[in-house]
Amino acid sequence: MSASTLAGVAFAASIAVAVMAAYRPLGDYMARIFTSTHHTRIEKAVYKTVGIDPDADQTWGTYLRSVLAFSGVSVLALYGLLRVQSHLGHPYAVPAMGPSQSFNTAVSFVTNTNWQSYSGESALGYTAQAVGLAVQNFLSAAVGIAVAIALVRGFQRSRTERLGNFWVDLVRCTLRLLLPLSFLIAVVFVAAGEIQNLHAYRSATGLAGGSQTIPGGPVASQEAIKQLGTNGGGFFNANSAHPFENPTVWTNWIAIFLEIVIPFSLCRTFGKMVGDKRQGLAIAAVMGLLLVTTTGLLVGAQLAHHGTVPTAIGSASEGVETRFGVPDSSVFASTTTATSTGAVNSFHDSYTSLGGAVTLFNMMLGEVAPGGTGSGLYGMLVLAVLSVFIAGLMVGRTPEYLGKKIGRREVTFASLYILATPAIVLIGTAVAMALPGERASMLNSGAHGMSEVLYAFTSAGNNNGSAFAGISVNTTWYNTALGLAMMLGRFLPMVFVLGLAGSLARQHPVPASDGTLPTHRLLFIGFLTGVTVIVVALTYFPALALGPLAEGLH
Amino acid sequence: MRANLRQYAAALRLLLVMTVLLGVVYPLAVTAVAQVPGLKAKADGSLVHNAPGALLGSSLIGQSYVDKHGNPLVQYFQSRPSAAGAGYDPTASSASNLGPESIVDVLPDPKVKGDTGKQSLLTLVCSRSKAIGALEKVDGMRPFCTPSGVGAVLAVFHQGPGYAGAVTRAVSVNEACPATPFLSTYEGAAVECGKPGEDYSKGQIVPVHGSFAGTPAVPADAVTASASGLDPEISPAYAALQVARVAAARGTPVVAVRALVQAHTAGRDLGFIGEPRVNVLALNMDLDKRYPYRTR
Repeated sequence: MSASTLAGVAFAASIAVAVMAAYRPLGDYMARIFTSTHHTRIEKAVYKTVGIDPDADQTWGTYLRSVLAFSGVSVLALYGLLRVQSHLGHPYAVPAMGPSQSFNTAVSFVTNTNWQSYSGESALGYTAQAVGLAVQNFLSAAVGIAVAIALVRGFQRSRTERLGNFWVDLVRCTLRLLLPLSFLIAVVFVAAGEIQNLHAYRSATGLAGGSQTIPGGPVASQEAIKQLGTNGGGFFNANSAHPFENPTVWTNWIAIFLEIVIPFSLCRTFGKMVGDKRQGLAIAAVMGLLLVTTTGLLVGAQLAHHGTVPTAIGSASEGVETRFGVPDSSVFASTTTATSTGAVNSFHDSYTSLGGAVTLFNMMLGEVAPGGTGSGLYGMLVLAVLSVFIAGLMVGRTPEYLGKKIGRREVTFASLYILATPAIVLIGTAVAMALPGERASMLNSGAHGMSEVLYAFTSAGNNNGSAFAGISVNTTWYNTALGLAMMLGRFLPMVFVLGLAGSLARQHPVPASDGTLPTHRLLFIGFLTGVTVIVVALTYFPALALGPLAEGLH
Repeated sequence: MRANLRQYAAALRLLLVMTVLLGVVYPLAVTAVAQVPGLKAKADGSLVHNAPGALLGSSLIGQSYVDKHGNPLVQYFQSRPSAAGAGYDPTASSASNLGPESIVDVLPDPKVKGDTGKQSLLTLVCSRSKAIGALEKVDGMRPFCTPSGVGAVLAVFHQGPGYAGAVTRAVSVNEACPATPFLSTYEGAAVECGKPGEDYSKGQIVPVHGSFAGTPAVPADAVTASASGLDPEISPAYAALQVARVAAARGTPVVAVRALVQAHTAGRDLGFIGEPRVNVLALNMDLDKRYPYRTR
């Protein structure tokens, strides 16, 4: 192996070790946040100002309506802010943003997707970035975690209609977890060279006499939560490749660590809350197994640099920064698509065909390995419910998971959850490919162009937000269609998850018997991994065959 | 209905409270901490000034070292190709986003004034490699490139359907007429030059590897655009390639320039994080200071 490959392996391994070290303390801390009966003084003040009874316990219907009300209000408020941002007074001229792009951007940030059809440094002012987008970076992450916790309470509680209080979960997650951590990370990021100022753009005359405009902005504060909350919406167009957004090789390490640390640690929170930490570890093991495999495949594909242009170059270095190099960039590409982050430090459109296919596959897994903050855990738990059901069918016993029967109602919710996103992705891609004007948005032609469209809808439907960025998506049609895909891809699954949670919480627990499938052993870990991969493969194989596979194998 | 309305009102109030906290207090608090000496210069963008105090740029953001016509200035180490605006434009950070099988050019139409066509990624790589080879006096050849510095790609037409049967016609699609194609014949058919505007989509697109073997003399980062288009660094290999030219231009011994490159080379952090790299602006500024360039 070359020095570069070895360093890449050590790089990925060191991040894995750090996540394992954080798993227990962070997971336990989050469990305390969501089970504590104590309200801090600031929280009490917030509840009082807002007019919420923090001790009211909500049914799944009320919990869901609160999620939807909060997200709906957030979309409208952000849309309004983006529409008027050109009048807000900035140290430099900011253009107005049109209706379809504002809709797309508002939905994108509220759904934790952070798909960007604009270029941050030229399209947005500091106000829209900090007061609009960064706020949703926090809140959309907290909403995802809240819904996951509600599902965990469905397993934890019995004979009740109540799943907790959405407002309390949201406020606590923000104030006790995301805000303090982001503050610390932001200061570290400034020390590394990320900018944090409110200056106007400065003009410079370069060493060779050319002129250059040096941008400013509150970048570090936004970058911290962008990575921690698996958001991924860059301050600048080049996202985490931009030297002001990811200046050093070690901020790159931190950025990757932050993407996966909460999604993995939430498994510990789950185990702790249901009173069996091994259950959490089993779920984390499945996530880890999938992530290590796809990361290995992706790094391998990029280092092998198969394909005409990479062979001519002698490396897959197109769209890659010198400081990160191919291995570290590929590790980032894997974690950003396997979580719902979608930040990029290298450009996936220029990846080798098979490397690009792995990033697509990661998103198609439904963002469960380890997925977004919260959404990864609830996605994997739904797959666990489905796996238990399939295993039950195989041996002819009534399936149960964590003492809850998996009956018709539970399986219906799980199935709807699993069908929702693929339907959005495949229908969206099919419609786009059928329309000549929308086809023309592709930068590359043929199979690679198909990959660009498929990637766009996969990214939107799964709330990832990364892009095969060659495609021109700032058109009314794409802004609207992808906006709808993001909205449905976020909230339909949440409806089914909370429905499932409500129906689980209502049940009497069944004691484990000889016929109960142990869900913390290797057998189940293997089974759940298999179900996850097979569901995705069956759903998306035809589409993958038309895009990256056709290109890579021709 | 009323309960629902109350929920929306609570949602709106909570959003407002959170916006003040997360959107105003938090970024301002971070900005306040960033005013501490030691952090402030970094928070402001790691700006670099020249001796009289004029702003030269940022040590984190790459620059172009070219003259008015876009030709490289021989006395400076050159940065990587850039897809950010016209090159190294921080108001338009961007990658090329061209894919691994982007190999067929749209040839410029001579009848349309100012038409530049659209170069494929392969042709961009080949032409950069040839130009850098000429500048640094090494062989700029790579696999899949023609000696003329474009992608070596044929459209091959067959007798039968499904790309079966004898080859009836072959066109070098990236070499515009009246160029002499890089191959004279392909499987018995004479190779033609490409005509702008002609549709070759019925033919099978075949990239031709050619006889080139081994490692190209021009390193990979020299012929590829970075992710941000603002990459401040180049690989030690690309810096090493440029040493002789820069030393000659400045009338400085090669060993001195090589030592300076060495001093500006950073290895992997902790031995395994990132890649070895050379900051081009820092190196060029140091060169100007130690070995000033005099136009002869």
